[in-house]
Amino acid sequence: MSTPILEVRTLVKHYPGVTAVDGVSFAVPEGMCFGLLGPNGAGKTTTIEIMEGILPPTSGEVRYRGEPLNARFREEAGILFQATALQNFLTVHQSVAMFRGLYGRGLDVEEVLRLCSLEKLAHRDNRKLSGGQRQRLLLAVALVNDPAVLFLDEPTTGLDPQARRNFWELVRSIKAQGKTILLTTHYMEEAEMLCDEIAIMDRGRLIAQGPPERLLREHFAEVLLELPRAEFPESARQLPIEFIEASDRVEITTDDLDATLRTLIEAHVPLRNLRIRPANLEDLFLELTGRELRS
Amino acid sequence: MRRLFAVWHARNLEFLRDRGALLFTLILPLSIIVGMGFIFGGPPRPLFKVGVVGAPVNTLADPFLHERYTQFVPVENIVAGLKEVRRQRIDLLFAPGDPPRYWVNTDSPKGYVIEKLLLAADPQAHRLPVTGKAVRYIDWLFPGILAMNLMFSCLFGVGYVVLQYRQSGFLKRLHATPLTAFEFLTAQVFSRLSIIVFITVALYLGVGTLIGFHNSGNVALLLLLLVLGSLSMIALGLTIAARFTSQELVNGLLNLLTWPMMLLSGVWFSLAGSPRWVRWIADALPLTQLLHAARAVMLYGAGLQQIAPNLLYLAAVTLVFLAFGAWSFKWRI
Repeated sequence: MSTPILEVRTLVKHYPGVTAVDGVSFAVPEGMCFGLLGPNGAGKTTTIEIMEGILPPTSGEVRYRGEPLNARFREEAGILFQATALQNFLTVHQSVAMFRGLYGRGLDVEEVLRLCSLEKLAHRDNRKLSGGQRQRLLLAVALVNDPAVLFLDEPTTGLDPQARRNFWELVRSIKAQGKTILLTTHYMEEAEMLCDEIAIMDRGRLIAQGPPERLLREHFAEVLLELPRAEFPESARQLPIEFIEASDRVEITTDDLDATLRTLIEAHVPLRNLRIRPANLEDLFLELTGRELRS
Repeated sequence: MRRLFAVWHARNLEFLRDRGALLFTLILPLSIIVGMGFIFGGPPRPLFKVGVVGAPVNTLADPFLHERYTQFVPVENIVAGLKEVRRQRIDLLFAPGDPPRYWVNTDSPKGYVIEKLLLAADPQAHRLPVTGKAVRYIDWLFPGILAMNLMFSCLFGVGYVVLQYRQSGFLKRLHATPLTAFEFLTAQVFSRLSIIVFITVALYLGVGTLIGFHNSGNVALLLLLLVLGSLSMIALGLTIAARFTSQELVNGLLNLLTWPMMLLSGVWFSLAGSPRWVRWIADALPLTQLLHAARAVMLYGAGLQQIAPNLLYLAAVTLVFLAFGAWSFKWRI
């Protein structure tokens, strides 16, 4: 097997009174979009910032192409932080050009602007951009060195749904160029849409890892039934069904929909608000931790 | 009212917990008051300054030397004393003897008055006239104002900007690129250096022409002095901004540096005659060194050799603070 482009080995990061990352290991093969999924405070950002070489780990190590992080890594990595400030008074073009100047190799500024649909905004003050435009500019800054590996830390948090979809399209086109992407997110939809493989993180540990479809297949039968919690009678808890309770609903998983429905009808469970849908990563998180992803 | 109290209380807590800022809010005014007291306090200032040849001054040598409100300063020899009379830095030069001789600048109003006092005390004294224009206060002040502007621009321009970069996370983003701390700091130094050299030269030419300032020294030497002086101030600013993340602390530290320099470097008035320890502190400040050398060149036409110690001092300050700044530099909060 070829060396993974990025590898994390038993990473630990302590802060006073808290262990943010607790023995995390995984490998990212070249060309893959790898997602770190988890709720806020799970340790995703700490993990990705250690991988970026921004934060020193308490113990453990990160390897890039089989070697500890070095000058080559800095040349070949593109990074989009969760919150990045740029210099005031500079235009979009000037901001990208400044970062282009920091790298030995890379793309033309115009090409990067075109890639991120920023041509028309090239001469606008970077403080006068909308959330989505700003995020595209930060992506342009991350792409300016034509990186082999791209780190995206919660890239669409705070964007409206349309801007988020546009951003996903952009990331997909970058992925199509064969770049390795490491993404953190707490949007399961984003992870499902973009990632070839995900690792679910909770309280500093990895609790599941694999391609999203495989994880869902492994953990869930075909379908998932959702009932409002208030309409799920106490007596139904004794029924021979498998269910988990979320804050406002009860989720029943089954591989025999007909049988389960019959059981519920016979027990006089009101089915007026029943929803039947396939399981998603959010359900997986709930299944694995007993808590909701965005609680 | 409750809302007002909640905000008032939270802001007070924020301020009190920022120990650095609190400390400076107390220390700064205190040190200014104490410093000013030492400089301006004490007995009434003498009205006249008389140079007496032959140190120390022997007050029994002549009845004139008992005169009140007159400061008698020893002068090594007549040549050195005459230079001071010509520049009107002393009002009269007196050489006790038989008969006593004195040199007075016929262009000096104070010289005219003190001469009358001298002749009343000792009518035997023999008069030797000297001529020479005094340095106009505006000409004396001009290098000081340029230097002070340079100091503020370098300290705050560099210190605040780097702090703001750190606070906003822009430094963290730069840290994720191949850029090294040394490269970043060097770029900051040269950016500010070119800006301040441009501004100072523009001010020198513009205001200098306006007030009819005449430079007596070498322009290239002045430029060298400008570059070294700016570098030392930028290095000082970078040292302050290298590590800290609190705006109020950095503000306090910058004020702690700028106020003594503004008061003690001799921008506004000469510190000759203030206590020795005040002059020691003043001499350690890079602005004093810069200003001393600048006045020597601009007003009295001093050459490289005369201001070499000042230049060396500024270069040393630059190197020490740059090294310290680079060593203690922190990218993230």
